[in-house]
Amino acid sequence: MKSQFDRPLSIGSPLPRVDAYEKVKGSTKYAADYYGSDVVWAGVKRAGVPHALLKTIYTQRARDLPGVICVLTHKDVPGTNRQGVIRKDQPVLVDDKIRHCGDALTLVLAETRDALNKAIDLITCDVMPIPGVFDVESALEDSAPLVHEDNADGNVLLKGDLKTGKGSAAVEECDLILDGCFETQRQEHAYLETESGWARSEEDGKLVIVCSTQTPFRDRMEVAESLGIDMSRIRIIAPYVGGAFGGKDGVTVQSLLGLAALHSGGRPVKMWWGREESFLSGTKRHAARMYYRLGAKKSGFLHYLNVRLFLDTGPYDHLGGVVLALALEHCGGPYRIQNAVLKGSAVYTNNPIGGAFRGFGVPQVTAAMEQMMDMMAMKLGMDPVEFRLKNAVSRGDQNCVGKTLVNSTGIIDCLEALSMHPLWLERERWKADAGPSKRRGVGVAAVMQASGYGPVVPDYANAKLELSVDGRLCVYCGVVDMGQGNAGTNVQIVGSILAQRADMIDVILPDTDQTLASGSASASRCTYTFGNALIAAAEALKERILQRAADLLMARGKEELALIPGAVRHLKTGREFSLSRIAQLFNPAERVATGHFRAPIATDDLGVPEDLRLHGFPHTLFSYGAHAALTEVDELTGAVDVQRYLAVSDCGNVINPETYEQQIQGSIAQGLGYALSEDFDVTDGKAVTPDFSTYTIPTSADVPEIDSIPVQIYETTGPFGLKGVGEIATNGPLPAVANAVADACGVRIFRSPLTPERVLGAIREKERKESVE
Amino acid sequence: MRITFKLNGVDTVIDTNPDRRVVDLLREDLNLTGTKESCGAGDCGACTILVDRESRLSCLMLAAQLEGREITTIEGVAKGEVLNHVQKAFVEKGAVQCGFCIPGMVLATMDLLSRNPSPSRAEIREGLAGNLCRCTGYQKIVDAVEAASAYPSNE
Repeated sequence: MKSQFDRPLSIGSPLPRVDAYEKVKGSTKYAADYYGSDVVWAGVKRAGVPHALLKTIYTQRARDLPGVICVLTHKDVPGTNRQGVIRKDQPVLVDDKIRHCGDALTLVLAETRDALNKAIDLITCDVMPIPGVFDVESALEDSAPLVHEDNADGNVLLKGDLKTGKGSAAVEECDLILDGCFETQRQEHAYLETESGWARSEEDGKLVIVCSTQTPFRDRMEVAESLGIDMSRIRIIAPYVGGAFGGKDGVTVQSLLGLAALHSGGRPVKMWWGREESFLSGTKRHAARMYYRLGAKKSGFLHYLNVRLFLDTGPYDHLGGVVLALALEHCGGPYRIQNAVLKGSAVYTNNPIGGAFRGFGVPQVTAAMEQMMDMMAMKLGMDPVEFRLKNAVSRGDQNCVGKTLVNSTGIIDCLEALSMHPLWLERERWKADAGPSKRRGVGVAAVMQASGYGPVVPDYANAKLELSVDGRLCVYCGVVDMGQGNAGTNVQIVGSILAQRADMIDVILPDTDQTLASGSASASRCTYTFGNALIAAAEALKERILQRAADLLMARGKEELALIPGAVRHLKTGREFSLSRIAQLFNPAERVATGHFRAPIATDDLGVPEDLRLHGFPHTLFSYGAHAALTEVDELTGAVDVQRYLAVSDCGNVINPETYEQQIQGSIAQGLGYALSEDFDVTDGKAVTPDFSTYTIPTSADVPEIDSIPVQIYETTGPFGLKGVGEIATNGPLPAVANAVADACGVRIFRSPLTPERVLGAIREKERKESVE
Repeated sequence: MRITFKLNGVDTVIDTNPDRRVVDLLREDLNLTGTKESCGAGDCGACTILVDRESRLSCLMLAAQLEGREITTIEGVAKGEVLNHVQKAFVEKGAVQCGFCIPGMVLATMDLLSRNPSPSRAEIREGLAGNLCRCTGYQKIVDAVEAASAYPSNE
């Protein structure tokens, strides 16, 4: 390890993460670790009912409890009392109507956590229940109760309707038509650090909020608006986050904490949701119902796709419209399909809030499309990889929504690498080795994932880099590190450009008072967008350092100089100036360099309404991948055991192989949980899986060994050729495993997760049908 | 109630409610926030500590149960700036992402290796199955435990 730290950093080397040392010592301070000697505990009374008019809240008994400082309701919220990114429809504290069980009714401040919990239990309210909306298609019927009476389109948050080529008329030209209806479940992020934060109203009137978030700059705007405070009076600090995966892409505790800090008499306030509260109130991957019709020619070319998507967005627009837009854009997969009719709706219900979650609508449609691809390959009598290769897009092609692919497009490279991998080549032998009562199958999936914000919302970053007077460098990170390791990648980029070692570079994590606005930690954009901005800053600082050294040495030009660790060397004479000395010659403004980057956008006119474009449709830059799951099914129990997993990925050139593999492996584990066990189950709006004993995420005993292979195609717009890797691999496991189970047992299960009950039921049903025949 | 125990090698006496959860005692009263809480129900392993060198869940322990015990939290594992063999392996093998599970994972690994000094990958996976991680997919954690088992222990 030492050897990797005592030389200048370079692109492509597996630098151990700069944050790991503090994290293994337990000394990293997360938002959840902020206390203070006179800390006040803040907590929330949740609604517990899915749909009701709120009449009266009874708070007196709680107020009378010793140790309670105050109990706040919507009447105490000074601003709009509304939060949200696009449609601002979520109250900080409910004022008129309860729209899901996790809604916040009152905010309690207390001296101790015990007093807080007792006080919350003492709060009661009168409500008038309203029939709930729990099914996405029923919600669209005329008779359905409305979740938001003021929404222009009933219970539809956003819809999309696209036609390409000849549309449905192309059905006539197909030799084969296949139908499938797929249902995917709600998935919970289950980050280990539940939503947490700490806030204080400073003497100068500034409201400081330290929180576990992916979006400090957007949080500042949301808190300012909902609480009616000038944005310049709010400072959001985002330390290392204990996992997020999209669940902290927006406000969780922030406005509540801000409100609490306005009522704590200047004392610091802490809020930390328990696991059950996190599960109840946090967002979920949208449950989806997806009707697919796929048409092909006998030759094996895809010709027609018809899709109808229904996404359960819950009661609030927690980026649900954006999730729908991505689902529509990806619903035809990485294939050339000239004729399509694609429709989709994000539908308001009284279920838990659907929101951002790694993949952002893409895992759902990939599950459907990739199973349709296997079903079609089987009908055509074609090998599933060959069938995909025959239809896969390459640069210059139009994808299923008609977008011309102008950036690197490596799906064919991925599929070819998979087809030559020993795990794929030797699959028949592996399948034949199944033991008694076991059946083995191998399933594949081709995946794609857009990065960035799409054509309307600017996807920009502003990097800041400082040379200190002692010769050290400091990166002001604009994008949160929620565990993905971008803080370390930033160090690697700076060190490689300025030829410095990791131990000479510090990082300042996102802080709205210190770092520059750079958008959210989401959308596979962090290193792509911020990395490009940081390259600009690092190059500018390098030029400035070399120029000053050249002037000092009366050199002909900066070409005669080179940066070396800690210094600049004049190459002709060998004379050196330390970075510290040069820094001292700079005035403070000269020691700082900034860089700006704005990501390229799609300029294609696909004839979609502005509303859909605002929500990100279409993108221009995509990562790709090809996955294979080697899977064993127990015929007696229906249990599905994924024994090996292969992921080939085109995420551009790799800056740090270690961080890259971490993203792929972690995504696959989450995807396998989605495929096999994770189901955030809700009955009439009420969660029936409130903890880790009922909502089961994969353990170390459940996740197989994963082979990850990067195809390393250089993306010319990326920082050192990189594309996003944060989400892509989440999309593969569900369809790959479902295809493997079909390969093993000859059964297709249209509803995920593939629990033992469902698999066994399908096997028994197949046996029953066969015995009748 | 007065409770006497050894905390990270130091004789410690505290006066607290006997039914105070150990995780709260460590984090709030003793400022040892390296011990994490994630579920509060014994499902996830994030709050793992060593009690007489065996891994235990501090969210399920009460203060009175500390009496006379030898407690190790993550803060007591490194010798100053020098990481122990398990921590070193976790850094080198890329086992750390968000890091919230890592204190518990390191301590659970120390317990595992004390019982089985050279476990197979399958034994490692089985041995750490009580410690949830949501970031890594566990592969690099297994790599790290394998590597740690080959390093000389500096204890």
